[in-house]
Amino acid sequence: MTLAFSLPDSDSLAKLTAAARERILVLDGAMGTQIQGLGLAEEDYTGHGSGCACAHHTDHPQTGNNDLLNLTQPDEIEEIHFRYAMAGADIVETNTFSSTSIAQADYGLEHAVHDLNASGAFLARRALNRATATDGRPRYVAGALGPTNRTASLSPDVNDPGYRAVTFDGLRVAYGEQLRGLIAGGADIILIETIFDTLNAKAAIFACLEVFAETGRRLPLMISGTITDASGRTLSGQTPTAFWHSVMHARPFTIGLNCALGADAMRPHLVELASTCPTLVCAYPNAGLPNAFGEYDETAEQTAALIGGFARDGLVNVVGGCCGTTPDHIRAIAEAVAPHAPRKLP
Amino acid sequence: MTRYLRLSGLEPFVLTPDIPFVNVGERTNVTGSAKFRKLIVNRDYATALEVARDQVENGAQIIDVNMDEGLIDSKAAMVEFLNLVASEPDIARVPIMIDSSKWEVIEAGLHCVQGKSVVNSISLKEGEAQFREQAGLCLAYGAAVVVMAFDEQGQADTCQRKTEICARAYRILTEELGFPPEDIIFDPNIFAVATGIEEHDNYGVDFIEATRWIRANLPHAHVSGGVSNLSFSFRGNDPVREAMHAVFLYHAIRAGMDMGIVNAGQLAVYDQIDPELRDACEDVVLNRRPKAGGSATERLLDIAERFRGGAREEKLRDLAWRDWPVEKRLEHALVNGLTEFIEADTEEARQAAARPLDVIEGPLMAGMNVVGDLFGAGKMFLPQVVKSARVMKQAVAVLLPYMEEEKRLNGGEGRQSAGKVLLATVKGDVHDIGKNIVGVVLACNNYEIIDLGVMVPPQKILQVAREEQVDIIGLSGLITPSLDEMVHLATEMQREGFDIPLLIGGATTSKVHTAVKIDPRYKSSQTVYVTDASRAVGVVGALLSPAQKDQYISDIRDEYRKVAERHEQSERAKQRLSYAAARANALQLDWSGYTPPAPRFNGAQVIEDWDLAEIARYIDWTPFFQTWEFKGVYPKILSDEKQGAAARALFDDAQEMLQRIIAERWFTPRAVVGFWPANAVGDDIRLFTGPDRRETLATLHTLRQQVPKRQGRPNVALSDFVIPEGQGADYVGGFVVTAGPEEAELAARFDRANDNYAAIMVKALADRFAEAMAELLHARVRRDYWGYAVDETFTPEELIAEPYAGIRPAPGYPAQPDHTEKLTLFRLLDAEAATGVTLTESMAMWPGSSVSGLYIGHPDAYYFGVAKVERDQVADYAARKGMTLEEAERWLQPVLNYTPGAARDRAAA
Repeated sequence: MTLAFSLPDSDSLAKLTAAARERILVLDGAMGTQIQGLGLAEEDYTGHGSGCACAHHTDHPQTGNNDLLNLTQPDEIEEIHFRYAMAGADIVETNTFSSTSIAQADYGLEHAVHDLNASGAFLARRALNRATATDGRPRYVAGALGPTNRTASLSPDVNDPGYRAVTFDGLRVAYGEQLRGLIAGGADIILIETIFDTLNAKAAIFACLEVFAETGRRLPLMISGTITDASGRTLSGQTPTAFWHSVMHARPFTIGLNCALGADAMRPHLVELASTCPTLVCAYPNAGLPNAFGEYDETAEQTAALIGGFARDGLVNVVGGCCGTTPDHIRAIAEAVAPHAPRKLP
Repeated sequence: MTRYLRLSGLEPFVLTPDIPFVNVGERTNVTGSAKFRKLIVNRDYATALEVARDQVENGAQIIDVNMDEGLIDSKAAMVEFLNLVASEPDIARVPIMIDSSKWEVIEAGLHCVQGKSVVNSISLKEGEAQFREQAGLCLAYGAAVVVMAFDEQGQADTCQRKTEICARAYRILTEELGFPPEDIIFDPNIFAVATGIEEHDNYGVDFIEATRWIRANLPHAHVSGGVSNLSFSFRGNDPVREAMHAVFLYHAIRAGMDMGIVNAGQLAVYDQIDPELRDACEDVVLNRRPKAGGSATERLLDIAERFRGGAREEKLRDLAWRDWPVEKRLEHALVNGLTEFIEADTEEARQAAARPLDVIEGPLMAGMNVVGDLFGAGKMFLPQVVKSARVMKQAVAVLLPYMEEEKRLNGGEGRQSAGKVLLATVKGDVHDIGKNIVGVVLACNNYEIIDLGVMVPPQKILQVAREEQVDIIGLSGLITPSLDEMVHLATEMQREGFDIPLLIGGATTSKVHTAVKIDPRYKSSQTVYVTDASRAVGVVGALLSPAQKDQYISDIRDEYRKVAERHEQSERAKQRLSYAAARANALQLDWSGYTPPAPRFNGAQVIEDWDLAEIARYIDWTPFFQTWEFKGVYPKILSDEKQGAAARALFDDAQEMLQRIIAERWFTPRAVVGFWPANAVGDDIRLFTGPDRRETLATLHTLRQQVPKRQGRPNVALSDFVIPEGQGADYVGGFVVTAGPEEAELAARFDRANDNYAAIMVKALADRFAEAMAELLHARVRRDYWGYAVDETFTPEELIAEPYAGIRPAPGYPAQPDHTEKLTLFRLLDAEAATGVTLTESMAMWPGSSVSGLYIGHPDAYYFGVAKVERDQVADYAARKGMTLEEAERWLQPVLNYTPGAARDRAAA
């Protein structure tokens, strides 16, 4: 294997690094909440009827397959990206959280993976170009790699702890396929996010290095773990620093945390990373914790005040929102962090 | 960022300069440990994991895993073992060193570890191209590497060869590949010395000097080695080997060796080695001529025999504290649980005090406050606190006559307690160790305890609570029907207008049950679930403090509301298979080739020849420590860094009482065993009167799992393990054992002597005796009475892991949650007449230290949990048992996956 470390970096890395030296960069907010707001029905997801016809027909029900909307409701998805860009996001994530053959197997759409990703990156790029046309600010597409719905270092069967529902190689191949789609569609950054199980992320990193070697160009990597509860550990049991040690070989542009916790509960774990990691730190928490109905109650002002606190205390270089956040949250967050200098590396 | 080697398991590891040396555990290496090799060859992964756990507990900061052995599929074994390690957080917290001479094994291992591990090893043995390729993959997997001083010419032996090869490897790694230099660990080869071959004499020096050069000339790189090679010629003489390793490490570490593969549990301390042995080892390691003449090797050989096995000096009893002032002596006695001088010291304090009460409220309470603080801070453990309570009680007993006298003379007020707490084990339940511990701990904190004992009817609890004007009621229970008793008592408290808090504790109770089932019944005060005795003081304190009470109760209410909501949500989400579908997915055992022998007798037989000493050998001590709220496994708990000292003291006390139990025959164990021809019929097991299997004697009913299973996993019921009717002759056995009824009287006697510690101890040991009897009897059944495993030779220690064929499931436990099956079992065995054990109305066995169960012989039978069941199965079960649905639902309440009556109510509405 040609080593991706010796490859030239893409132009985006130099630009992002320069921008991040000047100010705290802003990432977008939740996609799921925005899609829910559209009130889509099965035929809207599948694209039969009035929407654009999908080339990847299957008989599985598709309601809830948000990534499929990249193909069947491209205008709606582009519009969501555009709203986040106009709210102040410098970096917008593609709608490809579940666009691996592993996650799409639930919907019978393994064969659509390349198109889902290529289209996802392309839509985001088009939305950002429109936004840049209005205000001249450069913006970046982060191709999002989710954790998949399987874990490589945990057994789903308590009676059989040695069992694994997915292997490193299975993940590596699936992520490779996703990455080729994202790069073909124009992703500027690769974002490995919502990492429950670090071994999954290590397979994703390995796949990145392989695919960068194929394309001859190294994209900036953003890596974001998830501390699942008050134990202060990932689902697979690692502490934030142990997690960093496991992924530091990727030499990422940012390391950080997202999802599962609101900003308040995320803070101590973020402090740990910010004091340890010699790279930029990124945080995009949920809008608080879900209430009994699974909804997020934290207002844009509340979230922004907490994240503004991260910025004031010199903990972050990139901020944004995860579950339950909206363009209003991102606008408020962007305003809240604007007066503060970005975190200095330790 | 400073260039330190940074690794991780579940937790990070950074090799900072203040860590002089990193221990890499070697016991999980099949080439280094014959025991581990045997475990892996026999696929005994459970014990293999224990080996790994031991190493971590003994201080290994990294564990080396090596499966290179001809008889093993090394790649498969590496994957399987690392996957299992990943599910053991106390092992997986440290980084793994993936050790193999085969790259494909290493790569398979890298696919299994989420942390940053160390690859052991790569080298220039096969040339630069392969070295580059493998090092590049290590970069992509995110692993540090051990680089062996090995090149195309072979393994380096001299200092010069070692340093040349390491320098070349370093250049390729750092300059060509961009490998972080701090992630490189050189292994310059430790070879055996003192072999009698002169060329080997300088090997120790070669390693040490090469280490010095590497650390000085190859920045940030580390040096490691496998130390046990060094002393290879002294195999069998561990003290000498340990001394050689310690001496070698002392010098190698000073030269810069900062990592090593060593047995973390066996390392001598350099300073504590006998000077004569140390000098001899030093001469060998450093290749010096001994002062006394001759060769270094000869000299060490000469003295080696003398050091085989050494004695350790005994710790002297320290009585310096006897010179302290009396207040400090009382505190010391309380904190250390010493009763020897307590009466004299208390008397001395009384004579110095104005009033006897001043001694209690002054130095004794001050001492108990220290105990409470240490316990709260996790620096004292439960058995120590109970011992403190014993000291306190004996001190108070000295003062009591004087206080009575004072009261008689001037009618002065008595002692002010912090509050009155009523404790009881509910009706139908006989288990009280946990309740007694709670009582002692609360009493230590100045609460007045009214303990009503076991099997207390609700009317009595309420009556005493009213008469004594108690401040809190605490209920305890161990068996599942006790849960309903607690709900009932809460309902009664509400109806009768009580407004004092209600505490719930005991093995089957839970926060969810308390929040969902008990709390809603009692609204005029608050029900609180107490996890364990150590929490009781905090909970009672908060509930009785005027300042904290309201806030505490409001927090608890919030919490229980959320618990109940979450419970309801998760219940809704819990899908169960239909009973028909579960039955269709029953376990299908292959009965061809399975012909169990006929047991030696048919029907019940009393077993009388019990030897208490033999039973004691079968005691599994881990649950004993759990009773005392230690967290850990015996025997490791004894060497636990935090709890070890307290655990050892408890264990010594237990052994002492155990010897008395045996010598003075405190217990009179009884047992009855029976076997019957049996066949499965549907989900039931039919027992026959005789071998012709024509007349039914009784039917054992079993319950089937209804939880949806992963593909290929069955929904099991106990009947699946028994040959179905018409397919062959099978048998089922049953048993009841008891340690005897004496425990209650013994405990009462200790209580009267103000020794709660011994009272709790004797009950805990009686429980262990009953469990050990069950284990011993089961072994005899397999080898003799039933005789399906006549050749079995497991030791008592080995039996704890249940390696044997067949099971002994107990009614009321997870594999058959219905306690009423005990009625059938007791009838079949005529158990009450045979053993004196009786069943309460809640189906608890009296005396409490009794065990019952069935015997099922099939080698593939295993213990499982039925978990929650649906109405369709319960209806069928009730019909089979001849119960009404309501009756079956009442007994199965804890495992129902639905709310009984709900559907009918809807239908009626």
